[in-house]
Amino acid sequence: MKRILMITLIAALAATVAFAGGSKEETATVSTDGSTSMEQVILSLAEQYMTDNPNVNVTYNPTGSGTGITAALEGRCDIGLSSRALKDSEVESGLAETIVALDGIAIIVNPENTISDLSIEQISGLFTGAVSNWSEIGGPDAPVVPIGREAGSGTRDGFESITDTEDACAYSQELTSTGAVITAVSQNPGAIGYASLASNLEDVKVVTVEGVAPSEDTVKSGDYRIQRPFVFATLAETPLSDAAQAFFDYCVSSDAASIIAGAGAVPVAD
Amino acid sequence: MNLREFIDQKGYRHNPRRLMEDIIHMVFLILGLVAVGSVLVITVYLVISGLPAIFRIGPVEFLFGTRWASTAAEPEFGILPFILTSIYGTAGAIIIGVPIGFFAAVYLAKMAPKKVRDAMELCIGVLAGIPSVVYGLVGMTILVPGIRILFGVPDGATLLAAIIVLAVMILPSVINVSLTSLQAVPREYEEASLALGATDIETYFRVTVPAAKSGIFTAIVLGIGRAIGEAMAIMMVAGNVANMPSIFKSVRFLTTAVASEMSYSSGLQREALFSIALVLFLFIMIINAILNVLKTGGERR
Repeated sequence: MKRILMITLIAALAATVAFAGGSKEETATVSTDGSTSMEQVILSLAEQYMTDNPNVNVTYNPTGSGTGITAALEGRCDIGLSSRALKDSEVESGLAETIVALDGIAIIVNPENTISDLSIEQISGLFTGAVSNWSEIGGPDAPVVPIGREAGSGTRDGFESITDTEDACAYSQELTSTGAVITAVSQNPGAIGYASLASNLEDVKVVTVEGVAPSEDTVKSGDYRIQRPFVFATLAETPLSDAAQAFFDYCVSSDAASIIAGAGAVPVAD
Repeated sequence: MNLREFIDQKGYRHNPRRLMEDIIHMVFLILGLVAVGSVLVITVYLVISGLPAIFRIGPVEFLFGTRWASTAAEPEFGILPFILTSIYGTAGAIIIGVPIGFFAAVYLAKMAPKKVRDAMELCIGVLAGIPSVVYGLVGMTILVPGIRILFGVPDGATLLAAIIVLAVMILPSVINVSLTSLQAVPREYEEASLALGATDIETYFRVTVPAAKSGIFTAIVLGIGRAIGEAMAIMMVAGNVANMPSIFKSVRFLTTAVASEMSYSSGLQREALFSIALVLFLFIMIINAILNVLKTGGERR
């Protein structure tokens, strides 16, 4: 019995080694670098693309939008990934921006909360501590408990830059996942939080922002304000390598739309 | 010296069994070195990756700065809030957990009927085996809302919640180690005390417990070690905001400071996280050193 087990184990090990070698065809590499918020989108796109084109290897380096843009500018990667629109200065220095997807951030409160609509100004007041009780803006008499994500999170960065609350949020909790934020908000009657639109928001109440409910349509039309673009930054003058150009074309094509939607963002191509 | 001379010198040609012995000796030596090697690699790696950021930020600013804003436009890397939170949190867990654990151990060792003792020991074993994420989950769904309602604070994710979770988590090690040392006290000590007319309780607390002192201290230090190194459970109940610690405030420990920001960190922020890990490592080294002193002290008596 022991011997059989041993032989099976050794066979399994040998098989691992044999298959680990893999194919040795010529592979072209497409390197992407930048925004951590785009991780899910770019990795799903890359996975599908590499399945369809086995001889292409798409790499992704999660460094942050700023670093990704610089890397694209200096030619250290093929495609820079940015989860904000390029600044004028960046476009002037020779980068072109292509929006591949949009990301909506839902503002969530406890289901018991009677508030159902907030303005951007009110949201920033709630998160910075300027509004400390919900009754100040017509809600129930409950202290405001702002719940956010950890420093470095793409959702936090996106939320704070849109609501203009960078470094000013007086969080009561900083949690490390969207799920944890949703759980915390669902348990505290005074809580307010933010989460990617693509997450499961069943246990909490999603408020409308300036009268607009977040949805794929309102994000796409721009009516829902708490959103940001997912941008491919490429050199405007220098053409991409053939492999990189093919991957780029794939990502902006309508074929990629379902993959982008599956990764939680709103595709812009129809 | 070439191979042939070496073989001759060792006498392997005439004594193949000695060759076998030496080979096995080598294999065991290498296996033993795996543990030592791991410690060395971790220590060296932590020092190499943790020190530069400390000097870049400034040791005083790093250790005694009261504001941590790692991704702000003008980042600040003061970890005093984390250090104090770790100390307060651990102290709180010890203050709550050790008396419970200690008296439970005295009860189990001396007073409990056999059936009760077996049942309780089983429960303690289960408590020791519960993964820390489960402690966190239960804390998050029961303790955090409970503290909010009971104390009327806006949010229950506070230092208090973390202290309670840690206190429960250190119970098994405190109870088990104290129990073992109490049971190791020779029966004659107690019999002598009883013969002199002392009651049972007097005997346990005047004779047995002092005799088991070093084991009980070891239990406390082990509890401190467990509490200061825990990350997962308290990350789920403490709120993780870099406030200076206060019992009803959301706080961040040394461990959770590293764990919560590591996934998206970059540049100086990432290096500073390694520096925090280095500080935590030093804390744990000090605790281990104390533990060793206690243990050898106990053996010498």
